[in-house]
Amino acid sequence: MKVLYFAWVRERVGKADEIVDPPAEVGTVDELMRWLAARGEEYNHAFEKRQVIRAAIDKVHVKPEAPIRGAREIAFFPPMTGG
Amino acid sequence: MAAIIRLQREDFDAAGEAAHWVRGRSDVGAVVTFTGICRSDEGVVAMTLEHYPDMAEVEIARHVDDAERRWPLKGVTVIHRYGRLLPGENIVLVVVAAEHRGAAFAAAEFLMDYLKTNAPFWKKEERAGGAHWVGAKDGDDAAAARWAPASGKREAAE
Repeated sequence: MKVLYFAWVRERVGKADEIVDPPAEVGTVDELMRWLAARGEEYNHAFEKRQVIRAAIDKVHVKPEAPIRGAREIAFFPPMTGG
Repeated sequence: MAAIIRLQREDFDAAGEAAHWVRGRSDVGAVVTFTGICRSDEGVVAMTLEHYPDMAEVEIARHVDDAERRWPLKGVTVIHRYGRLLPGENIVLVVVAAEHRGAAFAAAEFLMDYLKTNAPFWKKEERAGGAHWVGAKDGDDAAAARWAPASGKREAAE
């Protein structure tokens, strides 16, 4: 699945997007954040405060407990500051 | 109801966009035009808006649909800029056209409250000492939360 990063999440990870293939036991958005955090220093720094990070699956806001199965793209970002 | 939703780098013409909803018709009795502008807070010299392109259009359209379910509207325009902006420059435009002013005022405020919290844009402010991401405000979340979920029925405009 494609993962996208925005704002300071993007800056800490060091890239805007990538394709990932998490194992089957990674079932929710929160579990995906924990799995990503373990990929390296920069990921750990990006996801160290998971409660601050928001997510969208296929361009729809989702909660941390949302299942990721079937998602085409998942985006992670800080709370939005548009308008 | 027709809606115009645009994301763009370039500036917009608020008066021209508002005039669009009046031209050639006589059923519009109220047009509310809101413009959000980049301020210069505590030495901010520029602001860069990052956005999630596909989600921004979809999310704004979702809120325009929601506004149309809640109030009787004749037309809506939302334009949100992205990229590097200077203090004094326009950031966002919301135009709502309706038969009467109650719906126009309410829908415009509703859309702005949601744009502040749910539209996928992120602001980074530049000052002499460096650039920092703006934190979301509790007040904006509270403002968005006061609009109870749409019951499916239109609220009385006046």
